[in-house]
Amino acid sequence: MATALQTQTVDLVARFPAIVTADARSGYTGFIVNKENLVEVATAVRDEFGFDLLTAVTGVDYIAENKMEVVYHAYKTIGGTGLAFKVQVERVDPIEVPSLINIWAGVDFQEREAWDLYGIKFTGHPDLRRILMWEGYEGHPLRKDWKEPFFEEETKPFKSRWPEGKHTFSEEKNPFRDNLNFPKDFDPEKYIVNKEEDLYASLERYTTKDVEGSMKTDHIVVNMGPHHPSTHGVLRVAVTLDGETIIGLKPVMGYLHRNHDKIGERNTYLQNIPYTDRLDYFNSMSNNFGYAITVEKLMNIQVAERAEYIRVIMAELSRVQNHLIFIGMLMNDLGAMYTPSLYAFEERELILDIFEAVSGARMMCNYFRFGGVVRDVPDFALKKIHDLVTDRLPAKTDEMERFLNENEILMARLKGIHVLNAEEAINYSVTGPVLRATGVPYDLRRADPYSIYDRFDFDVAVRHNGDMMDNYLIRFDEIRQSLRILEQALKQIPQGPINSQKPAYQVRVPAGEAYGRIESPKGELGFYVVSNGKPNPYRYHVRPASFVNLTAIESICRGTKIADFVALLAMLDIVMGELDR
Amino acid sequence: MYGKGILKGLSVTWKRFWDTYTEDISWMLRGKKRYNTDEGIRHRSSKDTKGIFTVQYPEEQLIVPEEFRYVPFLVYDEGADGKKDVRCTSCGICAKVCPPQCIWIVRTNDPATGRPVPVPTDFYVDMDICMNCGFCAEYCPFDAIKMDHDFDIASYGRNIYNIDKLLKPASYYAGIRPENYTREEEARKAKEAARAAKAEASASAA
Repeated sequence: MATALQTQTVDLVARFPAIVTADARSGYTGFIVNKENLVEVATAVRDEFGFDLLTAVTGVDYIAENKMEVVYHAYKTIGGTGLAFKVQVERVDPIEVPSLINIWAGVDFQEREAWDLYGIKFTGHPDLRRILMWEGYEGHPLRKDWKEPFFEEETKPFKSRWPEGKHTFSEEKNPFRDNLNFPKDFDPEKYIVNKEEDLYASLERYTTKDVEGSMKTDHIVVNMGPHHPSTHGVLRVAVTLDGETIIGLKPVMGYLHRNHDKIGERNTYLQNIPYTDRLDYFNSMSNNFGYAITVEKLMNIQVAERAEYIRVIMAELSRVQNHLIFIGMLMNDLGAMYTPSLYAFEERELILDIFEAVSGARMMCNYFRFGGVVRDVPDFALKKIHDLVTDRLPAKTDEMERFLNENEILMARLKGIHVLNAEEAINYSVTGPVLRATGVPYDLRRADPYSIYDRFDFDVAVRHNGDMMDNYLIRFDEIRQSLRILEQALKQIPQGPINSQKPAYQVRVPAGEAYGRIESPKGELGFYVVSNGKPNPYRYHVRPASFVNLTAIESICRGTKIADFVALLAMLDIVMGELDR
Repeated sequence: MYGKGILKGLSVTWKRFWDTYTEDISWMLRGKKRYNTDEGIRHRSSKDTKGIFTVQYPEEQLIVPEEFRYVPFLVYDEGADGKKDVRCTSCGICAKVCPPQCIWIVRTNDPATGRPVPVPTDFYVDMDICMNCGFCAEYCPFDAIKMDHDFDIASYGRNIYNIDKLLKPASYYAGIRPENYTREEEARKAKEAARAAKAEASASAA
């Protein structure tokens, strides 16, 4: 089904002979672009080659070569393979790279993240503040020469654990001694954290105007969160309001930040799997899936046939329960407290029972291994999945629709409240159901099929209005499509081994890079992993769907009423474990 | 008619409300107990469940499946006259594979020769740090460390378990994971039989 535009190979070197070189390092793909010409090349990538969706931007610190690299992954919303292009700069402060925010608005938060964690300055970025760490934080934590306060060793396993493993608490051993950086002339006694001016300055302001016949009004700044029960966790949002209308809005995040990327670089490849569970904690199966296929890409191994089916079954069950929870939680946010969400939770519990029976845990499943899954699905669990999929879940989805869809109050709250249109959504790198509700049929299971999704017959759920109602209804469509996939997978699942590899607690990963992505229930979940042949990943980056989707929140909310903000935020289906990482 | 959608929705709520009573009554008429019995709890987490869904913890507890995992323990075989044969050989694989690095093992050295002996002197698991991933149990080549089912370990202090607190008999393990236990025992017997056959073969050859 691939069209000419999808399969067309991209030769940036031929187009920009002096500016672009192919990345010749072994195991690497893509192109290296001159820093000075980045904007020019990026414009051509978008306009001439048709890569309209820039999904991932991240830095890599090649400290041995004294280089800092910025990696861009661009894709086409019509589907097909992607294009990676990179910029390399000397690792001497200030590290400056031109910002691409005027070409793809979706790079906003990701460039801020790269600035925050790597100290790469994106010139031309209008609001380059720290995003996950707080303002006033010293240092850039993902740099290879940065060490955390309870630093023990560069990589796990730590040598103190065996064979002389006397238990010690890290805080006793290392009371903030050697690896805490203070700025020059720093006096903790006199230090007051007050770096919020930048945040408030970045908000759009309303200057008091004396319009004839109207009241003289002034803007007002409201801070929602971080402990707001409706912002899905510890997200804080600073909003400027004109009366009830939102005129400017900035999310403040990082309250749940633990530097997942850095932890991932200390871990071995295998040890990262349970950590990915904690990203989007509703969908640990999907997170495992994304990470597993990325490392499998690097290792260049095949997945056992039965395991492929098990993976798809688990990922789709995960999607069903995620969307049910989404619907329930959206109702909570709209004020229909708890009844719909608890109805949704019932079905979710039944799905979690299955996860528990196969993996041992309800939420932190840790079920995938490189080359397959950890253990086979027992027959009683397969039977329960079958019963749920053919019998209970379709009926319960219908019941949910009967329960809510025609409700007049719900319609009044959802219908006609604009979220995004297609162009905005693509420009902001929004993926997942939110993008599909704007009429763009971009689903990675079809656009860039991974695993065995090309064997199933299903439709990509699309709605065309891009309002809240469509965003809400598309979740029902997706549940139905997932149930379709599940039915087929349950019919086709073969017998056989569940892992193509021998169980090994250390895997050998050849040097190189890989960007793997899956359609998680919330959007595109990407993993960028760089290996240097050692037991630990050199670079481990997560491109979470919620984080990138949130980039569009200001554009979504501007001009709407503050009362709709909570519902609009719920539409993006964010989860803080993934957003703050 | 305005309000029809709301009424339609309310009919769903009403049906659910009604179900809680009809379900209870039907269990009563059949002379069965829906609450505080294993059968009732199992029914509430089956695909046919309707009516009251919740399980009244702690009076009732969900029945955990065999593969359920929560914090590790060490398995010992009960030898003659109550001797504890610890299966662990302190090889350190669990400590190496542990993602949050919460396992600490002190290996035993023979006082005479100074060579390591395959028994741990002490074995710590920092339960506050343990993320219940189950890697230790999965990669242990001796079936010596297994994941527990007991999840009520809330306490006021920090939970660092040493070897005394970690050791549990193989019979306990067989109780919580019967299928795994039989499978592993069979594999072990097959291995021993193969070894014995090999030894016999080499002895007869000599």
